[in-house]
Amino acid sequence: MADLRSNFVGIKSTNPFWLASAPPTDKEYNVRRAFEAGWGGVVWKTLGSEGPPVVNVNGPRYGAIFGADRRLLGLNNIELITDRPLQQNLREIKAVKNDYPDRAVVVSLMVPCEEEAWKAILPVVEETGADGIELNFGCPHGMAERGMGAAVGQVPEYIEMVTRWCKQNTRMPVIVKLTPNITNIIHPAEAAMRGGADAVSLINTINSITSVNLDAMCPEPMIDGKGTHGGYCGPAVKPIAMNMVAEIARHAETANLPISAIGGVTTWRDAAEFMALGAGNVQVCTAVMTYGFRIIEEMTAGLSAWMDEKGYYSTDEFSGKAVPNVTDWQYLNLNHVTKARIDQDACISCGRCYAACEDTSHQAITMSEDRVFDVDDSECVACNLCVNVCPVEGCITMETLEPGMMDERTNTPVSPDYGNWTQHPNNPSATAAE
Amino acid sequence: MPNSQMTPGIAPARLEDGAYEDNFSDLHPGYAPHEALVAADRCYFCHDAPCTTACPTDIDIPMFIRQIQAGMPDEAAKTILSQNILGGMCARVCPTETLCEEVCVRETAEGKPVEIGRLQRFATDSLMSHADQPFTRAESTGKKIAVIGAGPAGLSCAHRLASHGHDVDMFDGRAKAGGLNEFGIAAYKSTNDFAAREVEWLMSIGGISLTYGKRLGENLDLATLQSDYDAVFLSIGLAGVNALRADGEDKDGVRDAVDFISDLRQADDLAKLPVGRNVVVIGGGMTAVDAAVQSKLLGAENVTISYRRTRDKMGASGFEQDLAAVHGVRILENTQPKRVLGNGKCEGIELEYTTDDGSGLKGTGEIVTLPADQIFKAIGQTLGETPEGVKLEGRKIAVTDSGATSLSGVWAGGDCASGGDDLTVTAVAEGRDAAEDINKSLMG
Repeated sequence: MADLRSNFVGIKSTNPFWLASAPPTDKEYNVRRAFEAGWGGVVWKTLGSEGPPVVNVNGPRYGAIFGADRRLLGLNNIELITDRPLQQNLREIKAVKNDYPDRAVVVSLMVPCEEEAWKAILPVVEETGADGIELNFGCPHGMAERGMGAAVGQVPEYIEMVTRWCKQNTRMPVIVKLTPNITNIIHPAEAAMRGGADAVSLINTINSITSVNLDAMCPEPMIDGKGTHGGYCGPAVKPIAMNMVAEIARHAETANLPISAIGGVTTWRDAAEFMALGAGNVQVCTAVMTYGFRIIEEMTAGLSAWMDEKGYYSTDEFSGKAVPNVTDWQYLNLNHVTKARIDQDACISCGRCYAACEDTSHQAITMSEDRVFDVDDSECVACNLCVNVCPVEGCITMETLEPGMMDERTNTPVSPDYGNWTQHPNNPSATAAE
Repeated sequence: MPNSQMTPGIAPARLEDGAYEDNFSDLHPGYAPHEALVAADRCYFCHDAPCTTACPTDIDIPMFIRQIQAGMPDEAAKTILSQNILGGMCARVCPTETLCEEVCVRETAEGKPVEIGRLQRFATDSLMSHADQPFTRAESTGKKIAVIGAGPAGLSCAHRLASHGHDVDMFDGRAKAGGLNEFGIAAYKSTNDFAAREVEWLMSIGGISLTYGKRLGENLDLATLQSDYDAVFLSIGLAGVNALRADGEDKDGVRDAVDFISDLRQADDLAKLPVGRNVVVIGGGMTAVDAAVQSKLLGAENVTISYRRTRDKMGASGFEQDLAAVHGVRILENTQPKRVLGNGKCEGIELEYTTDDGSGLKGTGEIVTLPADQIFKAIGQTLGETPEGVKLEGRKIAVTDSGATSLSGVWAGGDCASGGDDLTVTAVAEGRDAAEDINKSLMG
C-alpha cells in the first residue's frame, strides 16, 4: 500500500498536495477547511511588510478561457498579495499550525528589496511556528510595478541576494518561487541555488490577456473601461510549467535542487507527471478555485492507486524517474522510424486525418470513394499529426519499423544503430560515429 | 370536458382543457444558446462530410455548426438558407434519423449523432426571430414565371427565381400557402403557426405574387400558362388518395388521414375536433404515424396502426415508430383491411393477417376484428388530374435531374414529380434546382 506521506526539504506533510499561495490560503477559515478536506499543506497567501495593507481593485479580478461547456481551461488574475493586516495573518497562521501539526504551513513573503525589510518580517513569521517560507519572486502584475514580485524574479542577481538575506536571517527552509516570465528558467534557478535556497517552486503565473471585449475595445477583466495584463494559470499552463520543471531537474548544476511544482495540476495524474519530471511535491490552486477543496479526495486516491499498481511505496521512488529521458533534440535517435497505422475497425471515417495530412502536411493519407482512409508509407514522415487530430483514441497509432525493414519513404532499410544529429552526415560539425 | 376517452363513437373534447396545449407542444423544443454551443462542440468538422452528402439540399453542415460554435448563429443560418430556403421547417420535420444524423460519424461511433436538426433549428430560429430573409433580388430580368402550387417545392422555386431577378406569379388551390407544411405535418412538429410565418418571411424577398383558389384543371390551364409566361413550374403535389379496396370503406367514419391532419392543423380549438374512441389507421408511412399519434393526443382511447408488411418495411422511420409506441399507439404488422363493419357508420374492422414467402404478399385467411369508430386511410397519395400533354413516369410527372418535363418551358418538382423521396427537404431541393435550370434556360 502506497504511503503518500511527504518530506519536502524537511517539511513534513500527510501527502504531497499543497495549496499554492493564492486566495484559497488567504485566511484561517479557508485553510482549516482545506486541512479538514485532506490537503497535505498550504503555502499561506503572500504577506507584505508591516503597515497599511495593499489594496485590490474593486472590479473583477479574474478573466478566463473556457471549453465549449464552460470547462475552465485557463484563468488569469490581477489580485495582489494579501490585503489583510500582517498581525491578523500571523495570528491565524499560528493558530492553524498549532491545531494541524502534521500539515505543512509555509508562508509566502514579498517585501521591498531591502535587507532591513526582510530582517523585519522573518522573525515574526518564524514565531508563528510555520514550517518554511516561500519567496514570491513571481507575481507578474501590480507588485512588479513597485519593484517586487516578478521584478525581482527577472533579475538573477536580486534573487540570489534576497535568498541569501533570508537564509542568513532565519532557520526556516527557504523556497524560492520562480516566475516563468523570463527566457531561460535555469538562470533564476541557479541564482536561487547560489543564494542558498533549499528549494525552488514554479511556475508562478504567466503574463497574459485572456480576452478582449470587442464592444468596449478593452482587455478583460475590465475595470472601468481599462484592463491590464494578469497572471495566467490553470490547465492551459501545465505544459509550460512541466518543461520548466524538467529543465531545472535535468540541468547538471541544478539537478539536486528540490522542486515544488505548480502549474495546472488538476488531477492525480498531473501531479504524477510533474513528480516524474523531478518535482518533490505539487501545489494546486486553480483546480480548487474551480471545484472546491473536495478534489483532494480524487487526487490522493488516484495517486495512491496508481502507485500501488506500479509498485511504488513512496513518492520518492518515482520522483525524477522520467528526468533521464528528457534530452536535447540533437540526441534523439534519427534511425528510429515509425509509420502511422489506422485501425480500420476503430475508424469512424470522419476524415480529419486526411484533411490535416492533405492540407497541411505530407499527403500521406489516402481516401477511397467509400471513405476508407489509409497511410501511404512512401510519404509518411511519422509526424503524429493524424494521431493528434483523430477523435478516436487509439484508432491511429505509430508503428515502429524493426531494424532491417524497408522505409518506403527513403527507400533504405531501417538501421539497427542509434544515430543522432551530432553524428549525421548532413551536420557540418558532425563527429563521425565509430 | 363534456366527454372522456371512454365516450363511444366519434366525439370532441375528450380531454381536460389544458391537456391539448401540453399534448401538442413542440416535439423538439429549440436549444438554449449554451445548449447549442455544447451540442455544436460535438461536431468533428469531418472532411467531405457524410452528413452533407446525405442532405438532399447539400447544406454545408459542418460549416454551419462551426459558425454556431463561433458565436455566429445568423451566419450559420445563411449557410443553411443559401442551400435550403425552408431550412427552418426542414429543421423541424426532416427525418434526420434517416438522413444527415444517420450517417453522422458519431452515430457510427457512439450511436449518438450530433443533433444536426436541432442545431439547424437553433440557427434558423435565431435569424428568423429578428431578420428578414437575407437574400436580395438581382436586377429585374423582365421574365415572368408561373409557379403552380405554393408548397415546399413551389416556394423554394419561387424564392430562387425571384433572387435571380425574375417575377413570379404563384398560384395555390387552397386559401393558404405552405402546402403540406401548413396542412400535412403533425402539429407538434410545427407549432406557433411556424409554416405561415415562414412563408411570409420567405416572400419578403419581393417579386413574388400569390393568388389563392387557383387549381390546374379547374381554373388554370397549362396551355394558357405556357403562352402567358416565360416558364411554368408545376408543384401540385399529390391530390388523390389510394383506396382501401376493402368492403364497406364508404361507411361514415372512414376518412383520408391527410384530411384529418389538415383539419387538425387548421383547427382554432383542438377541443372541438372530434376523434373516435377506437381509431384504426391503415398504412405504414409518416402520415399514418402522424394521424395515429395525433388521434391519441386528441384523446382517443385505443389507436392501432395496421400495416400490411413487417415493421422494418414501414415508410415511417424507427424514430417515428418509437414516437407512436411512446404515445401508446399499437402497431399491428402483417395485417391488411378486409372489411369495414357497421351499419351506415363504421363500428369495427376486419383485418386479415398476411405473409410473404417471397412470391408476393398474400392473405393467410386468419382474421382479427378490431372495434373502430374511426378509420384513417394513409396508404399513399396519387397525382390528381394529370396535366394535359405531360409525360408520366410511373404515376408521377416525368422530369429530368434538373426538373424539366416532357413539355418545353414546363418544369416540375416536389411530390408530383418523379424521383426523390416525398419529403419536404427533397421538394425544396427540386424546386431550387428547377429554378436554376429555368434561369439558365431563360438567360442563356
